[in-house]
Amino acid sequence: MKYLLIILVCLLPTFSYAGEAKDLAEDPVLEQRMVNLAQNLRCLVCQNESLASSHADLAKDLRQEVRDKMKQGMSDQEIIDFLVSKYGDFVLFDPPMKSYTILLWYGPFALLLMGLVGLVLQMRKRKRAPPENQLSAEEAQRAADLLNQPKDSQI
Amino acid sequence: MMRFWPFIVFVILAAFLYVGLGLNPHEVPSPLIDKPAPAFTRPQLLDPSKNFSSEDMKGQVWLLNVWASWCVSCREEHPVLMALSRQHIVPIYGLDYKDKDEDGKAWLREKGDPYTLVSTDADGHVGIDYGVYGVPETYLIDKQGVIRYKQIGAITHENLQQKILPLIAELQAK
Repeated sequence: MKYLLIILVCLLPTFSYAGEAKDLAEDPVLEQRMVNLAQNLRCLVCQNESLASSHADLAKDLRQEVRDKMKQGMSDQEIIDFLVSKYGDFVLFDPPMKSYTILLWYGPFALLLMGLVGLVLQMRKRKRAPPENQLSAEEAQRAADLLNQPKDSQI
Repeated sequence: MMRFWPFIVFVILAAFLYVGLGLNPHEVPSPLIDKPAPAFTRPQLLDPSKNFSSEDMKGQVWLLNVWASWCVSCREEHPVLMALSRQHIVPIYGLDYKDKDEDGKAWLREKGDPYTLVSTDADGHVGIDYGVYGVPETYLIDKQGVIRYKQIGAITHENLQQKILPLIAELQAK
């Protein structure tokens, strides 16, 4: 009796799957996977919205397309490749490194480098230049006199 | 020389920004240019019992115009397509994208039918295959079934004369 009970308990999960297949949109695991993927994809209609958050008709269709492809067993990368082959790199919020995106990726660093070089050159030049505004002994004396005047006399 | 550097940098940046201002962010270059047009077989709008297959178009230069009765810019484009169809230069095939059949038919009845044939894409799958993200869009497909040009947005007399017609003549001569 005890063993029969154990066998029955072990079989329970099998029975629980016997229901009708759930609608894909209600499958929380797949839905989460779709949302994770779609958050990094651009909606082409509203452009600055992600595919996950957009209410555009096309975004809805593309989300469904992503679900269908996941159901067919395609990996996330394969789905991304599919969308890129149709809509171009523009669908990616994270643009890939390519010959024509080098400026995009390294431009800011190049600008920073140029700025640093400029700064160093400027500083060296300043160091080498003879110090300006050097006061002669007479001028120094006058400045000291002015500074040391009692406050009342300034009024 | 040193003092001009900030000015030079400013001019370079300004040039980049000026060029950027002139670009239209809604024109996303299609990766399908110079690639084989995705094959599709879809029911015909005027006779749903018959299918239209893109494979049947091999051997001729043709236009695939993606439109819909709910599309506002298509109204603007329609007279241009009518004029083009009267010239019998190139066959125009329509794809009624995510539309109700009755609405599509009513559109053609009321405004005139510039198309050699219209097929329907009620669920928008052909649209996804072609990378359609806003109607109207028009694809120019050559004799080998390769997409040679994509017009995003309405065809106008201007872009027809400047780009599309010269390209058609070139492709037909091949």
